[in-house]
Amino acid sequence: MALTRREFLQLLAASAAAGFQFTAGQRLVRAAAPADPYELPDFGNLTLMHFTDCHAQLMPVYFREPSFNIGIGEATGKPPHLVGTAFLDHFGLAPDTMDAHAFTYLDFEAAARKYGKVGGFAHLATLVKRIRAQRQGRTLLLDSGDTWQGSATSLWTRGQDMVDACKLLGVDIMTGHWEFTYGIDRVHEIVNNELAGHIDFVAQNVLLTEDAQFEGKPAHDEDTGQVFRPYVIREVNGVKVAVIGQAFPYTTLANPRYLIEDWSFGIRDERMQQYVDEVRGKGADVVVILSHNGMDVDLKMASRVSGADVILGGHTHDGMPKPSVISNAGGKTLVVNSGSNAKFLSVLDLQVADGSVKDFRFRMLPVFANLLPADAEMAGYIEKVRAPFRDRLNRKLATTEDTLYRRGNFTGTFDQIIVDALMEVRGADISFSPGFRWGTSLLPGDDITMERLMDQTGITYAKSTLTEMSGEMIKNILEDIADNLFNPDPYYQMGGDMVRIGGLKYAIDPSRKIGERLSTLELNGKPLDPGGNYLIAGWASVNPQPDDLPEVWDVVAEYLQDKKVIKNVTPNVPVVKGVTSNPGFSPT
Amino acid sequence: MKRRTFIKGSIASGALVVAAGAGLLKPGQVLAGDWPNAAFSATGMDEAVKSLFGSTDAAESADIKIKAPLQAENGAVVPLKVETSLPAEWIAIVAEKNPSPLTTAVDLSGGAAGYYSARIKMGQTSDVYAYVKADGKVYMAKQQIKVTVGGCGG
Repeated sequence: MALTRREFLQLLAASAAAGFQFTAGQRLVRAAAPADPYELPDFGNLTLMHFTDCHAQLMPVYFREPSFNIGIGEATGKPPHLVGTAFLDHFGLAPDTMDAHAFTYLDFEAAARKYGKVGGFAHLATLVKRIRAQRQGRTLLLDSGDTWQGSATSLWTRGQDMVDACKLLGVDIMTGHWEFTYGIDRVHEIVNNELAGHIDFVAQNVLLTEDAQFEGKPAHDEDTGQVFRPYVIREVNGVKVAVIGQAFPYTTLANPRYLIEDWSFGIRDERMQQYVDEVRGKGADVVVILSHNGMDVDLKMASRVSGADVILGGHTHDGMPKPSVISNAGGKTLVVNSGSNAKFLSVLDLQVADGSVKDFRFRMLPVFANLLPADAEMAGYIEKVRAPFRDRLNRKLATTEDTLYRRGNFTGTFDQIIVDALMEVRGADISFSPGFRWGTSLLPGDDITMERLMDQTGITYAKSTLTEMSGEMIKNILEDIADNLFNPDPYYQMGGDMVRIGGLKYAIDPSRKIGERLSTLELNGKPLDPGGNYLIAGWASVNPQPDDLPEVWDVVAEYLQDKKVIKNVTPNVPVVKGVTSNPGFSPT
Repeated sequence: MKRRTFIKGSIASGALVVAAGAGLLKPGQVLAGDWPNAAFSATGMDEAVKSLFGSTDAAESADIKIKAPLQAENGAVVPLKVETSLPAEWIAIVAEKNPSPLTTAVDLSGGAAGYYSARIKMGQTSDVYAYVKADGKVYMAKQQIKVTVGGCGG
């Protein structure tokens, strides 16, 4: 049974010593821990608040952290590639605590029932306002993006519900990724009109293509071809803070290029270095990279670009309770990644003097909806923006007897429903569903409503496709996707998980090279024939599709309504080889 | 609008063109005389390099810089720049897994600066080599460029 707010506070008071006390490096101050986890000791003269990858979840949700987050090569066993008890051990968190529940998948169902839902913009707003009140006139609120996509209402309003919610929340600066999947015109409309005077959208690594530049397509700077403002410098409490944007570098590969055909992305870390130097030259006391690289790419970038104080990042949905401290030619850079689904707010207090950061304190605060009362203004806004869609959102499709989730390297139970639905409804031999990391979780007994289904499928290119492929082609595609996930060089990774596969069984050795990772591919007990032809059902193709194809949510809704009760879902997890002792791998 | 940047880029990369192997120019139209036919029609990297430079021996050099995407946004036009501080006589760009690996060979023997920019076509993930001939020796640098078939970042 869920705790009341009062019980929750009592529990906190009783177990305060075990809760939420993360500060920089070794400076753990557990003995002095206040009973209220949101009561932060005063420190410094500048506070950066950060969230990322909220994926348009305005309402509180359940979100299960992964039990597979395998790191390869130098990333083995290091943040973020730790799960379960290995995660707790590394960060010194006690099991069976609120922290353990917030940061790991351990005992998910029981802990979720005990501690309740996480996130929700009304609850996040209360926390943000509280920190602003504690630290008056010295805060900035930064958002690493994936903010306008991931829910039914964001898709149906083309991001408008989130744009207005973020303005109300008082986001100062953001960058993006899924934002771009609304297409060039919509992005320009929002950035230039809706956000103007409220939120600065920054991205140093999005340039017009040469052709688009020649044709005079719109850009922030026609000379350089910068589509967006690369950085802003804000003066906060007498401190000059530069925030340089880094959008998701592989948007044109991971998402449809036809939606953003005038734009060219990339990591562009040499350009990043130039901008860091430029803002330092303009007198910035603090340099922040606001990134949608994904944490592995952030860590590598922090080692190659010097002069930035901190990278505040997202994309890979890693919630890390302590910053990684990375050495580079110019000193040290902190790397912070702040989870997903508005489940966490990071608070970085900086002490800045004589043009540089002298010291810091860091807390990553889980947003527990039972613990933070809803902010009335934000709650009223959310109520209003959802009202026209209420019937569509609440449409019940089925009930689940299982815990449903997506996140993990290979598959999740909700993804299994999607791939099963694709095979059954579309009549295919094999089905593929993309390895997205967004998508909320459900507990046994929950209704699967249209809203929960849209949490998993709400994108602007959701057509359900049927394609014939040879066995050889299937193998090559799977090898390619596995390399996007497991290439030992983060700059070759894309930050999604492995494609979810229906029907086809396989084994995978993430430590091998491209072309050698997958083995024993079998369909219905028979080896996949390289020369054979197979009918594949999929969705989210990055190529344009005919209008008359069904939307994937309608396909899955049909399946769910037919089944009525979802139970005994068995995720098609491959046989994992070569990494059996990896701390990013603890299946249960 | 301003087209300076674009035009600047075009001039910098266009002044010294001998051959561009991305299908943009037909060899015969560019240079009838010393066209290294055998090198461009070679189907293996070693054969192409040997045909162009007389040997496959090349020392890896930090003085050659390749600027290219790690992952191509579009395999049909992969932008690539080669820069070198060596006194270059030739620059050649070789995409190992292309059906005809030699994509570009530039004769700089007039004493031009060691810089070349091209767009090459790639069908699949491959190491791309930049060869520079200087003082009668051959040097090289390489970078993997990934041409992805399926992405689902998220």
